[in-house]
Amino acid sequence: MQPTDTGHPDHYHRVVDCQWACPAHTDVPEYIRLIAQGRFTDAYLVNRTSNVFPGILGRVCDRPCEPACRRGRVEEKPVAICRLKRVAADHRDEVRAQLPRAAAPNGRRVACIGAGPASLTVANDLLPLGYAVTVFEQHGLSGGLMRTNIPAFRLPAEVLDEEIGAIVEMGADLRLNSPVTSLKALLADGGYDAVFVGSGAPKGKELRLPGRDDSDRIHIGIDWLHAIAFGHTQKVGERVLIIGVGNTAMDCCRSALRLGARTVKVMARKSRQFFKASEWELEDAESEGVEIVVNHAPKAFVIEGGRLTGLRFDVLEYELEDGRIVGERVLREHVEPCDDVILAIGQENAFPWIERDLGIEFDKWQVPKVDPVTFQSTRPGVFFGGDAAFGPKNIIWAVEHGHQAAISIHRHCRGLPVAERPAHAAALASRKMGLHEWSYHNEYNPAPRRLVPHVALGERFKKIKIEVELGFTPEQTALEGDRCLNCDIQTVFSAPLCIECDACIDICPVDCLTITADGTEAELVGRLKAPRRLATEPLYVSAPLKQTGRVMVKDEDLCVHCGLCAERCPTAAWDMQKSTVKIPHACDDEPTCQLPSQRQTA
Amino acid sequence: MTSIVKPRIAHPALPKNELGLTRRQYEGAMSTLCAGCGHDSVTAAIVEACWGLSLRPEQLAKLSGIGCSSKTTAYFVSGAHGFNAVHGRMPSIATGANAANRELCYVGVSGDGDSLSIGLGQLAHAIRRNVNMLYVIENNGVYGLTKGQFSASADVGTKSKRGEANTQPPVDPVLLALTLGATFVARSFSGDKRQLVPLLQAGMRHQGFALIDVLSPCVTFNDHEGSTKSYAFTREHYHAAVEADFIARAREIAVDYAEGESTVVTMHDGSRVRLRKLDPGYDPSDRVAAYDYIERKFADGEYVTGLIHVADGSASELHAANRTTATPLNRVPYERLSPGAAALGKLMARYR
Ligand SMILES: Cc1cc2nc3c(=O)[nH]c(=O)nc-3n(C[C@H](O)[C@H](O)[C@H](O)COP(=O)(O)OP(=O)(O)OC[C@H]3O[C@@H](n4cnc5c(N)ncnc54)[C@H](O)[C@@H]3O)c2cc1C
Ligand SMILES: Cc1ncc(C[n+]2csc(CCOP(=O)(O)OP(=O)(O)O)c2C)c(N)n1
Ligand code: SF4
Ligand code: SF4
Ligand code: SF4
Ligand SMILES: [Mg+2]
Repeated sequence: MQPTDTGHPDHYHRVVDCQWACPAHTDVPEYIRLIAQGRFTDAYLVNRTSNVFPGILGRVCDRPCEPACRRGRVEEKPVAICRLKRVAADHRDEVRAQLPRAAAPNGRRVACIGAGPASLTVANDLLPLGYAVTVFEQHGLSGGLMRTNIPAFRLPAEVLDEEIGAIVEMGADLRLNSPVTSLKALLADGGYDAVFVGSGAPKGKELRLPGRDDSDRIHIGIDWLHAIAFGHTQKVGERVLIIGVGNTAMDCCRSALRLGARTVKVMARKSRQFFKASEWELEDAESEGVEIVVNHAPKAFVIEGGRLTGLRFDVLEYELEDGRIVGERVLREHVEPCDDVILAIGQENAFPWIERDLGIEFDKWQVPKVDPVTFQSTRPGVFFGGDAAFGPKNIIWAVEHGHQAAISIHRHCRGLPVAERPAHAAALASRKMGLHEWSYHNEYNPAPRRLVPHVALGERFKKIKIEVELGFTPEQTALEGDRCLNCDIQTVFSAPLCIECDACIDICPVDCLTITADGTEAELVGRLKAPRRLATEPLYVSAPLKQTGRVMVKDEDLCVHCGLCAERCPTAAWDMQKSTVKIPHACDDEPTCQLPSQRQTA
Repeated sequence: MTSIVKPRIAHPALPKNELGLTRRQYEGAMSTLCAGCGHDSVTAAIVEACWGLSLRPEQLAKLSGIGCSSKTTAYFVSGAHGFNAVHGRMPSIATGANAANRELCYVGVSGDGDSLSIGLGQLAHAIRRNVNMLYVIENNGVYGLTKGQFSASADVGTKSKRGEANTQPPVDPVLLALTLGATFVARSFSGDKRQLVPLLQAGMRHQGFALIDVLSPCVTFNDHEGSTKSYAFTREHYHAAVEADFIARAREIAVDYAEGESTVVTMHDGSRVRLRKLDPGYDPSDRVAAYDYIERKFADGEYVTGLIHVADGSASELHAANRTTATPLNRVPYERLSPGAAALGKLMARYR
C-alpha cells in the first residue's frame, strides 16, 4: 500500500473522534485534561473559542461527540464529555477580561436577524474585527429557542444571561422587541454591508384531525413552551397527552408535570427504536414518571359538550424487515381520555417577511437555497445560518453555521471570494519529558461512566425553574476525566528509526500493531495481529522498514493511547505527540482575539 | 524500566483456545528489561506457544538461572509453577523437579552466560541425562545483566560496545547439544515469531531434552555496528535450513506437500511437526550431517536456523533410563515413599 500521508491535517484529526464529530470541532481531550488539572478557566476558554457557549452547551448540547467517543469502543459507555464541560463552566473564574474585545470600528455594518445562537456567534466573531453588528430580535429576551423553548429546569436563565451578556457587552447593538417585517426595507434603508438571517425555524407543525379547531386545550408544543417561558401559561389539566416523541415532546411532558399535571403520556406512532429523542432525554422523562405509549396513531380529537375529553387512536402493529418498517396493520381503536393535548411533531422554517423578489431563491418547500459551505444565499451579501438555513438542528450546529457565515461575511466585505476558505492545519508536539516520563496521564482507568446527581424527585416539581441536574462532584469529575483516552496524544511513527525488535507489537494491550510484508489493503487486513473490527477505520501503513523492507501497520480502532508502544521502543521510532488541529475562525490572528498573555508577547 | 502498567483491556475478538482462554491470559508480570530487548519477544513467543497448545497454566513449570534472560520466566504464564535457581544451576533444579514429577511441562529459560559460561557443566549433564524439558537459551553474546561483558557465545572478532574485539572462540550450544546426543536441537531468532513459535511448541511436546538456541539481541550492550549478535547482523546472516509447522493433536494437516519436500514427525503425544526443507539436500534426522552442515555454513558466514536435528528421544529419556515410577512422587503414599527403618535394614543386608 501507499504509505499513509500523515501530513494531511485531517489524518490525526480523525483519530480525535469527539472533536471530529463536534460540528464546531471543540478540542475535547485538551479541555478534559485541563479540567483534570483543576484548570477550569483554561478549559472554559478552550471551549469558548470553538463553541462560544460552554455553560449552555455543558447542559443541553445534543452531544454528537459522545456517540463518537472512542471510550465507547473499549467499553460500554463514552466519556461524559458534556457534563465535564459544565464543570469547567460552573467552576471557572471571571473570564470577561480574557475574552475577545471589540476593535476600533472598521466602518462596516452587519445586521443579524434573530438573537439566537447563530446570530450571536456571528456577532461574537465579527465584533473583534471592528464591525458594527446590529441584532434584531422580535421578542423581549435574547437567546432564541434556548430561552423560549428549552425549559429553565434544564437551562437556567442566569447561564444564558452570562454567556449572551459577554457578547452583547463586547459591543453588539441588541435591539429587543424589534421584529424585522420586511427584508426588502432592511436591505434598502439599513445601509448594511451584509445581512445574516438567524431567525430559526419558528413554526410548529400542525396536526389536522377532526375536532382540531373545536377546543382551546390543543396546543402547539413550541408555542406552548414559549408561553411557559414567558409566564403566560402557568397551569395545565390533570391528564396531558403529548403527541410526538422527539426532544420537544420530552420538554413538553416534563414541563406539564411541573405545571400540575397528574398523568402525562407521550403517545408515539412507532416503537422505541424509531424514536427521535436522545436516549438521555427519554430516561430523564421516564424517571419523572412520564409514560411512553408506543404504536398509537392519532385519529380524531374527542369533543363532548364543547370540551376536549380525549383523543382517538388507531393501535398499530408493524411489519419489520432488517429493522425497517415494511407494512402496518390496525389492531383496534382506543380512546385515551385527556384534558390537554400538546402537539410536538416537528418544526418548519417560515419567512413571511422575506419578499420573493430580492434575488433570494427558495425551493418548492419555501426553504431558501443556501450554500452549505459559505452559508450565502443566492443574493450575495445575504447569509443564512442556524435553523433558518437547513431546518431545525441544534445549538452547536447553529454556532458552527455562525462561525462559517462570519468568515464569509468578513471576506465578502473585503471583496474577497467567499468560496475560498481558510484551510485547516495540524501541528504535532512530543509529549516525552524524560526517559520514562510523559506529560500526560496515560494510565488506563477501567472506571465506568459516572452518573450526574439529580435534585430529588419530590423537590424538583415545586418550582418550574429548579435545575434538575446538579453537576459532577469533584470526585466524579476526577474519575470521569480519567476515563478520557487522550486520543489527541497520537502515536507518531518514524520508519527510518525502527530496528524491528517487535517490542511495540508485543506490548500493545489491544494488538493494534503489526509488522508485515507490504501488500494490498486486503492482504494487510488478513495479516493483522488482531482481527479488524471496523472497515471504516483506515489502516496506517508506514514506509518500508530499514532492515527487512516490511511495513509497520496500525489499526487505530481500539488504541487506548497508553503510550506503551513508545515507552517500549528502544529507538523512539514510536513517539506520543499531541496533535493540535487549527480550526480557522473569522477573527484569527487579530490581536483583539488573543488572550492577555498572548497579547503581551505579540 | 517501564513505569506504565499494561492495561487489562484486550481486543474483544481475540481468538480463544480449547480452554476458552485468550493469549492475554497467558501473560505474566510487566517486563523490567530494557525497551527493545530480544528477550521480551521470546517471552511473547512463549506466551503464544503455550496459548496455542491450550496448556493449563498449572501444567507448566518455569525454571531459570540468573541473567536478564533468566528474569523472563516472571513475564509469562503467571499461573505456572516456577523456580529461579542460582547462576548456572537451573539444569540440576530442573532435573530434580522432573525426577519428582514427570507430569509437568518443563520450560527452562536461560542465557548464554548462564548456560555456556558458569553453567556449562550443568547444561551438559542435563542433555546427557536427557531430561524431558524444553531448554531455551536467549543468546545475545554478552552478560547483559552485568553490563555487557563478552560471554562464552561471543564470536571471534565481534566487537564490544567500546570497540574491543573478542579473541576467544565461542561455544555453540547447538553443536554442543548435537555432540552430547540431544534428540531435539533448533536455532531461531527473537525477531522471527513465525519460526520460533512452532519450534517452541514442538520442543515442549518433544519427549526428551529439547534445546532451542534463540538469537536474542541485547539492544543496550550488543546491538551496535561490529557486533555479530545485533538485530541487523542476525537478519543478514540468518539461514533457515528447515521450516517447521506444529500441528496440534486434533488438527489435520491442511496442505499436502510433494514427496521429498516435507517430512512429518509425530511427537510423543500424537501431535505432529511438519518439516519443510528449504535446502533440498538437508536431512534433519542425520546428526552427523547436521553437525557438518552447520560448520560449513558458519565458515560461509551464515547461522543455520530452524529445526536442525530431531530424533526419537523417548527410549533414553531420564525416567525411562532410570525405570522410575510413573506416578509423581507427591501422589505416592508416604509409606511407600519412605518404607521405614526395617525396610532400609533389609535393603542394606543385601549388600553385606
Ligand atoms: C423544545 C426544544 C428543545 C430543544 N432542546 C435542545 C437541546 O437540548 N439542545 C440543543 O442543542 N438544541 C435544542 N433545541 C434546538 C435549538 O434550540 C435550536 O436548534 C437553536 O436554538 C437554533 O438556533 P438559531 O440561532 O438558528 O435560532 P433560534 O434559536 O430559533 O433563534 C431565532 C431567533 O430569531 C427570532 N426571530 C425570528 N424571526 C424574526 C424576525 N423576523 N425578526 C426578528 N427576530 C426574529 C426569534 O424570535 C428567535 O429569538 C431545542 C428546540 C426545541 C424547540
Ligand atoms: C555465581 C554468580 N556469579 C556471577 C554473577 C553475576 N552475573 C549475573 S548475571 C551474569 C551473566 C548473565 O549473562 P546471560 O546468562 O547471558 O544473561 P543475559 O543478561 O545476557 O540475558 C553474571 C555473570 C552471579 N549473579 N552469580
Ligand atoms: S498507545 Fe501504542 S501500545 Fe497503547 S494502545 Fe495505542 S498502539 Fe497500542
Ligand atoms: S519497538 Fe520501536 S524499534 Fe522496535 S519494532 Fe517497534 S517501532 Fe520498531
Ligand atoms: S541489558 Fe541487554 S539483555 Fe539485559 S534487558 Fe537490557 S537489552 Fe536485554
Ligand atoms: Mg547473554
